[in-house]
Amino acid sequence: MRAALSGEDLSDLPVRFLRKSSAGLPEVTELQAVKHYTRLSRRNLSSDTGLNSLASCTFNYHPGAALALASLPEFLVRHPEAPEGHSQGFMACVYDLQELIKAVTGMPGASLAPAAGAQCEFAGIAMIKAYHDARNDADRTEILIPETAQAAAAVPAEMCGYSVRKLPVGSEGSVDVAILENFLGSRTAGLMLTNPSTVAVFACNTEAIAGLVHEAGGLLNCTGDNLSAIAGKNRPDDMGIDVITLDLHKCFCAPRGGGGPGAGAVAVSERLLPYLPAPMVDREGDAYTWLDEQRRPESVGRFSAFAGNAGILLRAYIAALMLGRKGMRRAAEYSTMNASYLRRQLLKSGFDAAYPERGVAHEVILNLCCPTGEGVATRDYAKRLLDYGVHVPTTLLPPQATECLLLEPTGAESKEMLDSFVAAMRAIRDEAETDPDTVRGAPYTMPVGRLDEGALVDADLTWKPTNG
Amino acid sequence: MPFFPHTEAEVREMLNAVGANSINDLFDEIPQNLGWGGLATFPAARSELEVSQLMSARARLDGAPSCFIGAGAYDHHIPAAVWQIATRDEFYSACTPHHAEANQGTLQLIYEFQSMMAALTAMDLCNGSLHDGASALVAAILMAVRVNHKSVSRRILVPKSLHPAYRRVADNILHHQGIVLEQLPYDAKGGHTDPAVLQGYIGQDITALVIPQPNFFGVLEEADALAGWAQANNVLTIAVVNPLALSVLSPPGSWGGQGADICCGEGQPLGVPLSSGGPYFGFLGCRRALLRQMPGWIAGRTRDRTGQTAYSLIPQASDQSPGTASIFGSQQASAVTAATVHMALMGAEGLAQTAAKCHANTRRLAEKLCSIPGVALKFDRPVFHEQVLALPLRAQGVLRTLAAHNILGGLDLSRDYPELGNAILVCATERRTCEEIDSFAGKLERAIRLQAGAPCQLQPNNW
Repeated sequence: MRAALSGEDLSDLPVRFLRKSSAGLPEVTELQAVKHYTRLSRRNLSSDTGLNSLASCTFNYHPGAALALASLPEFLVRHPEAPEGHSQGFMACVYDLQELIKAVTGMPGASLAPAAGAQCEFAGIAMIKAYHDARNDADRTEILIPETAQAAAAVPAEMCGYSVRKLPVGSEGSVDVAILENFLGSRTAGLMLTNPSTVAVFACNTEAIAGLVHEAGGLLNCTGDNLSAIAGKNRPDDMGIDVITLDLHKCFCAPRGGGGPGAGAVAVSERLLPYLPAPMVDREGDAYTWLDEQRRPESVGRFSAFAGNAGILLRAYIAALMLGRKGMRRAAEYSTMNASYLRRQLLKSGFDAAYPERGVAHEVILNLCCPTGEGVATRDYAKRLLDYGVHVPTTLLPPQATECLLLEPTGAESKEMLDSFVAAMRAIRDEAETDPDTVRGAPYTMPVGRLDEGALVDADLTWKPTNG
Repeated sequence: MPFFPHTEAEVREMLNAVGANSINDLFDEIPQNLGWGGLATFPAARSELEVSQLMSARARLDGAPSCFIGAGAYDHHIPAAVWQIATRDEFYSACTPHHAEANQGTLQLIYEFQSMMAALTAMDLCNGSLHDGASALVAAILMAVRVNHKSVSRRILVPKSLHPAYRRVADNILHHQGIVLEQLPYDAKGGHTDPAVLQGYIGQDITALVIPQPNFFGVLEEADALAGWAQANNVLTIAVVNPLALSVLSPPGSWGGQGADICCGEGQPLGVPLSSGGPYFGFLGCRRALLRQMPGWIAGRTRDRTGQTAYSLIPQASDQSPGTASIFGSQQASAVTAATVHMALMGAEGLAQTAAKCHANTRRLAEKLCSIPGVALKFDRPVFHEQVLALPLRAQGVLRTLAAHNILGGLDLSRDYPELGNAILVCATERRTCEEIDSFAGKLERAIRLQAGAPCQLQPNNW
């Protein structure tokens, strides 16, 4: 190694600490690298380049200004340990965003420390635990989770040392107060609810649920991933919720990035204020100060080394300012209208959507469990849709884990796009009847064909010159 | 610029289709008594120009000080092409790769990333990233607990020389599960973890040993001796490494003969800007035998039904699978895109030159500062690109004065290591010029001289 380091020398380091041979990374020119990665980028179908995504976890459009302004040089070079005197601009943005989260949720306190939705869930449960611990209420060992929740929902509770009890749901996929009463008791630490729910209906009885949970001495944790469907129409605080968790990539327009990074926010009721994760930003007069673990000793602490996904918080703040009060409400109104319209058109075309008797929150669950056409599965529909320029992942509808398509059009999708989606679904259904092999072999217009799922077990995970 | 494409006529048409008279009818399931509160305190929309003016003014407030703080986040040069590629819409607005066929670009890139990280760390394989370095350590410890069947104690030996924020994050998350982080002291003279302290643990049930390289003080740990002890005592080894340093330092895959079992760290030095602490990305690597316990996405090179090469996430990597379900299973694709392009552009030699330049710069800085009366190296062991210095005065006051001169003169260690006295942690990356280093030394010399007498009148705003 040393010979390669012309001029700059590591001779003060004993040789036992040094690398014996080069790491063997690619050695290419900038032009070669740029050509290669530009070519790779063109093997992606992204929303900005024409693919219409109706996937759950749909992201609102990420405005260009959010990237440009979060990338101002001073923001990019700000060190996370920079003193407050060199941080007032950044801290003002974080403080303002905390206030915006409070405005949307109605909750009295919010922290942006969690790096993404899953860390928010963990923070929510950790705060519930801290609350019971502070009251010496150690017998509360159970977290209730509706059986319609996603499988991963139990993980944060288990990681906090709770046992998870599955709560059967009523006929409409919502928590049934009569069933709930039998599950609550002196062991109940809390209930994890998703509202609007994972099956896309608004839980009308949330206030009653909160009352019962509180009466039993527990707390109500609500996953607010779908808050974008009710922003401006309903405040979680009014329903008696103790913790609400938000993915900022949804209602606050953070970019998709091909799978992250995201950013999270967690907002709480009065009783959980002392436990909010660190760090937060406070304002004293005109000055912003950090609320870290030292200043908030009861906090459940931090979950990332510094301050969460700070750059994404800036993007979310910028997008929220541009969206404004009216835009925030419009996003909820038009996403609900789009979902309602989409479901109506699909039902009219003879498709089967879950809970047709209920109002649509923000997404549509399209049940293709008995699709027409010999041996054509829901997954085949999803793959064939790619040829029609639509990205919809197949998902499993809890609790029976039936395959379905979860369609979540944001308010940014046009009526024209929704109509063309319905037309595509009808066309695929016709194909499934007349030419099922075509559907089963899709897609045909992507950079590669349908993956050979049998070959996945032998996939190689690390390139080596010998397997090149 | 409107966010929503609907014309009034279309809105009417869509509402008619669903049998609603108004948009509010769509929300009629929300109980009336809850009211339709909310957003009263949410500000009205601002134009892009207004937001741009606000953000520019705020950015200017933070200035662009001369930064000598490292401590887990490093101010490296990033070639312009890196983020030109990473923010291409095709990457930046791509969907999560549920459908491999539509995301070959992202998936091949993750595969290349895994391969380059495996080469740097000399581990068998690496995953497609986690939230940050601290999260990656938590995931590594959870992996070790699942994997080490010879141990039931859930006791993890963690040197006090590991980054304090990493220790806090790990404890915040893991203490609920009965995982105990036992602190190993650092040597007061060397700043390293003396392998001799491990002798007291022989014969005890220990699940894993964490080895930071370099450690938080910049000091190089005797990684071979520490890993060798773990290998001889059925203790798993978890390496916490700086990936840039691995271009010149001995990689975890070769420590102690058999190599570390699990390797993790903060990926920020590979092309990701400081950006107030995130988004960064954590990386996680392991021996092949541990693959099934590895959380996070893993991309594999496979084929489509026609036999053409294709890339896909592999099922072992599913976040939903019970064994690996983790709240840190999410990935930081944009940052990984940047890191992959960065590594490809720099190559092994480019990274090694950067690492050596940082190291030489920090050595130059330390020499300059130590020529000031009362300033001295705190530890006498070899370091990589970071150094603890003892000051003759309280660090807080000195750093404050330097900040007033737009110099971030290092991290005050009195909060996390009060036993070190008036100590600061300094780092001069390749971006710090000789002039900046000279200016730092000059201002520090003056600050110490003056503050030994009277406090400096010049104070930064809002301190």
